[in-house]
Amino acid sequence: MKPPVFDYRRCESADEALALLAEYGEDARVLAGGQSLMAVLNMRLAQPRVLVDISRVAGLAYVRAESGALAIGASATQAAVEWRATLADEVPLLALAFPNISHFQIRNRGTVCGSVAHADPSAELPLALAALGGKVRLRSRKGRREMAADEFFQGMLTTARRHDELVEEVRYPLHRAGNRYAFAEVSRRHGDFAIVACAAVAGEREVRLAVGGVADRPRVLSLPRLPARELESAINDFAWELDAQDDPHATAVYRRHLVRRLGQRVIEEAAR
Amino acid sequence: MSTGQQRAGGHVGDARQRIEDDTLLIGKGRYADDLGAKPGTLHAAVLRSPHAHARLLAVDGSEALALPGVHAILTGEDVRRWTRPFVVGVKQPMEHWCLAVDTVRYVGEPVAVVVAQSRALAEDAVERVRVDYDLLEPVVEMEDAAAEDAPALHPKVGSNIASDRRFRYGDPETAFARAPHCVELTVRYPRNSCTPIECYVVTAEHVSADDGYEVLSNFQGPFSLHAVMALALQVPAARLRLKTPPDSGGSYGVKQAVFPYIVLMCLAARKAGAPVKWVEDRLEHLVAATSATGRLSTLRAAVEADGRITALDFDQFDDVGAYLRAPEPATFYRMHGCLTGAYDIPNLSVRNRVVLTNKTPAGLVRGFGGPQVYFALERMIQRIAVELGLDPLDVYRRNFVQPGAFPYRAAAGALLDSGDYPQALALAAERGGLDELFARREAARREGRLYGIGYSAIVEPSISNMGYISTVLTPEQRAKAGPKNGALATATVSIDLLGGVTALIDSTPQGQGHRTVAAQIVADVLGLDPREITVNTEMDTQKDAWSVAAGNYSSRFAGAVAGALHLAAVQVRDKLARIAAPQLDCEPREVRFAGGKLHAEGRPEAALPFGRLSSGPHWAPALLPKGEDPGLRATVFWTPEQLAAPTEDDRVNTSAAYGFVFDICAVEVDRDTGKVRIDRYVTCHDAGRILNPALADGQIRGAFAQGLGAALMEEFVYGPDGSFQSGTLADYTVPTTCEVPEPVIIHMETPSPFTPLGAKGLGEGNNMSTPVCIANAVADALGTADVRLPLTSPRVMALIGMADPEPTAGRPRQPPGPPAGAPGKARGLTARGEVELRAPPQAVYDVLLDPQALARVIPGCHALQPAGPNRYRADVTVGVGLVKARYAAEIELSELEPPHRLRLSGSGISSLGSARGSGSVELEPHGDGTRLRYDYRAEVSGKVAAVGGRMLEGAARIVLAQLFEQLGRQAGGEPASVPAWRRLLRWLGISK
Amino acid sequence: MRTLDGGDREYIVIHLNGKARTGACDSRTLLVDFLRHELGATGTHVGCEHGVCGACTVLVEGVAVRSCLMLAAQAEDLRVDTVEGLARAEGLEAVMNDLQAAFKRHHALQCGFCTPGILMTCSDFLARVPDPTEQQVRETLSGHLCRCTGYTNIVRAVLETARARLARHSRGDTGNA
Repeated sequence: MKPPVFDYRRCESADEALALLAEYGEDARVLAGGQSLMAVLNMRLAQPRVLVDISRVAGLAYVRAESGALAIGASATQAAVEWRATLADEVPLLALAFPNISHFQIRNRGTVCGSVAHADPSAELPLALAALGGKVRLRSRKGRREMAADEFFQGMLTTARRHDELVEEVRYPLHRAGNRYAFAEVSRRHGDFAIVACAAVAGEREVRLAVGGVADRPRVLSLPRLPARELESAINDFAWELDAQDDPHATAVYRRHLVRRLGQRVIEEAAR
Repeated sequence: MSTGQQRAGGHVGDARQRIEDDTLLIGKGRYADDLGAKPGTLHAAVLRSPHAHARLLAVDGSEALALPGVHAILTGEDVRRWTRPFVVGVKQPMEHWCLAVDTVRYVGEPVAVVVAQSRALAEDAVERVRVDYDLLEPVVEMEDAAAEDAPALHPKVGSNIASDRRFRYGDPETAFARAPHCVELTVRYPRNSCTPIECYVVTAEHVSADDGYEVLSNFQGPFSLHAVMALALQVPAARLRLKTPPDSGGSYGVKQAVFPYIVLMCLAARKAGAPVKWVEDRLEHLVAATSATGRLSTLRAAVEADGRITALDFDQFDDVGAYLRAPEPATFYRMHGCLTGAYDIPNLSVRNRVVLTNKTPAGLVRGFGGPQVYFALERMIQRIAVELGLDPLDVYRRNFVQPGAFPYRAAAGALLDSGDYPQALALAAERGGLDELFARREAARREGRLYGIGYSAIVEPSISNMGYISTVLTPEQRAKAGPKNGALATATVSIDLLGGVTALIDSTPQGQGHRTVAAQIVADVLGLDPREITVNTEMDTQKDAWSVAAGNYSSRFAGAVAGALHLAAVQVRDKLARIAAPQLDCEPREVRFAGGKLHAEGRPEAALPFGRLSSGPHWAPALLPKGEDPGLRATVFWTPEQLAAPTEDDRVNTSAAYGFVFDICAVEVDRDTGKVRIDRYVTCHDAGRILNPALADGQIRGAFAQGLGAALMEEFVYGPDGSFQSGTLADYTVPTTCEVPEPVIIHMETPSPFTPLGAKGLGEGNNMSTPVCIANAVADALGTADVRLPLTSPRVMALIGMADPEPTAGRPRQPPGPPAGAPGKARGLTARGEVELRAPPQAVYDVLLDPQALARVIPGCHALQPAGPNRYRADVTVGVGLVKARYAAEIELSELEPPHRLRLSGSGISSLGSARGSGSVELEPHGDGTRLRYDYRAEVSGKVAAVGGRMLEGAARIVLAQLFEQLGRQAGGEPASVPAWRRLLRWLGISK
Repeated sequence: MRTLDGGDREYIVIHLNGKARTGACDSRTLLVDFLRHELGATGTHVGCEHGVCGACTVLVEGVAVRSCLMLAAQAEDLRVDTVEGLARAEGLEAVMNDLQAAFKRHHALQCGFCTPGILMTCSDFLARVPDPTEQQVRETLSGHLCRCTGYTNIVRAVLETARARLARHSRGDTGNA
């Protein structure tokens, strides 16, 4: 399984990357961590003309808390966030999610922005971004634009990113006092794709339940604090809305079932 | 000293650290792809069928050959010219070649080989080979393949049942008639494999007509297949020189099935006029290397009131895949003699049907027949206990072959050499803490938790009788063909000119530590330290001593190979004793070997150093005692006497030695998720004499992990069109550190009277015992009778039962969906939906009939050329997310009823595989516009199906959504304020 | 900007186990193939080429990554550590490090094909987490597939090594011998 032929460009700056994207558009692919793209290339499921390697663009490797969010640059690895000493205080939901994300070796090189840009419906980083109401900043040679997660994720592996754009930064809102979080996932083995993943963010008056692995992208349900029976009914309605499908790993019925059980569990845990 | 049951002290039985480890740990292992290739060696890539069943019309490699760096392409035409079909154990007019010659019969079947300067270039070229297929109806499920009217995979064979044999021992009919109870169950065993981390490697060269072919490959045997390869290549065995590398990255039976690729690469090398190296990649391996047979068994037991079984009736179907590939149907017959397992059951009837399906051909996978047989038999024991209200342990005890009965001749011919089954059960219960597990189960159940305990008792055969495969023939056919039997093992011990000792064995290990054990054995006999023994396990069929039975399979090492080695060492020792006796002034039988020296019994102070004495014959052969020849090299061929050919009444002792395993498993099942947690796993082994306890435990742990995988998460999944859907290690899931707990391992030893060291094989036991033991535990936890492997959490949850309450407002307005598939089972892609378009039906219809407009409707269409009335050829790039492929497509419009309806069909082929779809499109006026209803069915095969199963459905919908969005645009619809794509997706029931 | 066009073959330098090494590669050459076939460091193995089995794991700039998911060109001028760099040279002998020796003592390898990748992950992991729990070790090693051993002995060897290192460290010893 060797990749097809392509031209390789290792960028030293974001500008270089953007110029290449402007020139080649959909014939180019951004290579950040490569943990998804390289597997796709090795299997020859895509044949891009140009690989734009941004993994060594120092200016994009930042992870910093600023303006109420944890801002993560395009070439920052997942490990850089995971091993951040202050993460549990800054974005507790991410600290809860990381142990479920693939494996140590993948997180060491895979990027946060890369996972968000790839938009796998089962992925935990997009899920957490949606759950927290985070933001994605896109940049092209023409300029920058920013949007909320639920506008960015448009479908299975499909986002608002245009061919000449880079996901330059994602921002996970920092913890606000009074919020509580919970995360639960069922996967076949430790580290596998989530069959269903649920994240809950509970504020004083409302609870957000975010579900991944069922619909074609993470979906969020906002609820006021409800008594048990109404909560169960709301979660059930949500489970149906997600339009679960059968696939070789799980049935639709099972997925709905897990949404009910895990959804209940994370809300109870967060709203306690 | 006498040879035979040698109870040497010292190194054998020691948990000695391995001599293999240092080299492997520092990264100096020499696996097949690590060894330098001759300059000029080229690299091969295989073009494989994306279809499960199709006629192969033409293979055009001209564009591929034009690429720089590409040297040759090998096709079915060459194969037909240069080889003969592979021979197989059952005489059938079925032709199996190393490349498809006129028909492809499984996804992944090799169709052509491209040879180029590098693997990457070869893969580039493979994408440019044009192949014409004419699709045939695939037969995927065993029941469908076995049906009367099923399309025959091999027209010359006529039926998909390649063999149908019945056997009868004792008087089963009377036993069933008399029995107070008859318990019946039907079980399935899934297709799976032990997937070594290193895949197949073949380096082949056609040296010359005189010197024939030379091959290096990580082939594991059995070397009876060498004959199959040589016959296919039409060369004498001596002109197919097959060598194995020093190290192999695991096999567990799987590297038996590299043999067709050895033949294939020999031909590729011949065509290219250069040596060729092929390193199989993981996708190829999962799709097309091999598989354990899938099995469907109906087992009936005649049972007394106290649980004693008086008769068994097995009705078995084995799914061997698209070709009966040697040594199949060995999966059936390896176990044949001991089908009654650990039980004293004199009456037995068996029907074995070998079924061909459009799936990967089956072969050796660790356990080989045992997992399939014991899944039925041990589920039966639990069912008997449940249905008769008995304690399962009592059912075991009442049925076990009793300790005094050994050697015990089982109904179908196995001669169980030794054992104490009740003792093993007792040990497992006691040392495994069964009482504590009972208490936990009780406590858990009081709390409403799902906790269960299961057992399995298996007889583990080792050292296969090479004649067992002939059991598939009738006695008349066997008489004509001549008897086959035995299990030759070969070993050589030699002394070199500096007095160093070398041992050669015919076992081709892949990690079992044979070199270490071999060193222990020889060191014990010759009174040396194991570190002084050099052991070489590399095979060279031209230079080494070997037989049809050589190789590493059926756990033959401990019993047969180690035994033969011991005998060879004894021969060398006896000769040295004869040489030393005059110098020590004693009789040869009084010479003792210890501490690197030889001395006369009772006179250790007057000792001769081993090295000096043993090198003597090299330097001064004239000084040898009279009559003694100068060679210090002993080669022993040993075969156990007990392995005779099958008898006139089909009784056969299928193995020389039989170990025993009794397992206890306690599980808790999570009510919410269906996940199975193993609370404790106890495994008690009796493998006769243990040669190295650390290595023995290592084998048990590894087999346990594989058995656990088979029980909970491993299966090769096929679509209804025969498409393969387990093409990555993220889809074919094997256990990791987080899924494999530490088992409690207990040993006991009842030595075998039939092997030189009293040892029996123990490598396969837990592959046979663990899957059914876990299944029994889950069945106990859930109180169900019907458990089907693998017990993934969706499957278990379905067994527990899930309420699926309707939503408050009724189900969202969704197009009627296709029927729900079985948990985890794939089905064809279907899509039904409705779309509202802002153009009247006639305008929409006109677009569909206008090629220029249609070209803009079809997503990613570069070019659309008419190919007949309402038929087009198109060049289409389809992609979702990172994945993108360019398809050569054919599109057809049919069943035209303007402006109301038509049928839109398409098929396309790309390097990613093929796709076919057909759907009806109905147009209905709706206000100013049109309501378009579609009902579409698609099949996607090949690579993208193999690796993308998780997302295929979603991708298909996205592509269809793109198509209808474009249709709306082309027909003159104005985009609404909500983007059209979003509106369409909403109507397709995808988004909120 | 570093440019390597498809069809070009160029020389790159990587710092392999502390030594500057030069080899030729294409734009699409995978790091694992470059290490094995161009630099002769065959101790790193190929098991799946899609990042799941872990057999190809090496350290790049001290961090454990899949070398099948990296291009050789991406490692240009970087520090790469493989299994061959773990043992220490003492005269003509290679002396295994403490982790390797623990693997041998605990029978933590059988065919040895997955082993180098595991050793490299442990190199990184134990440096970051010197006192791991068994669960942490299992979770970190879940990215390595082994079909031979059933993992128990591997986990034991790693835990024993971690504890021994801590003990040495608290005694004031340095080095990982």
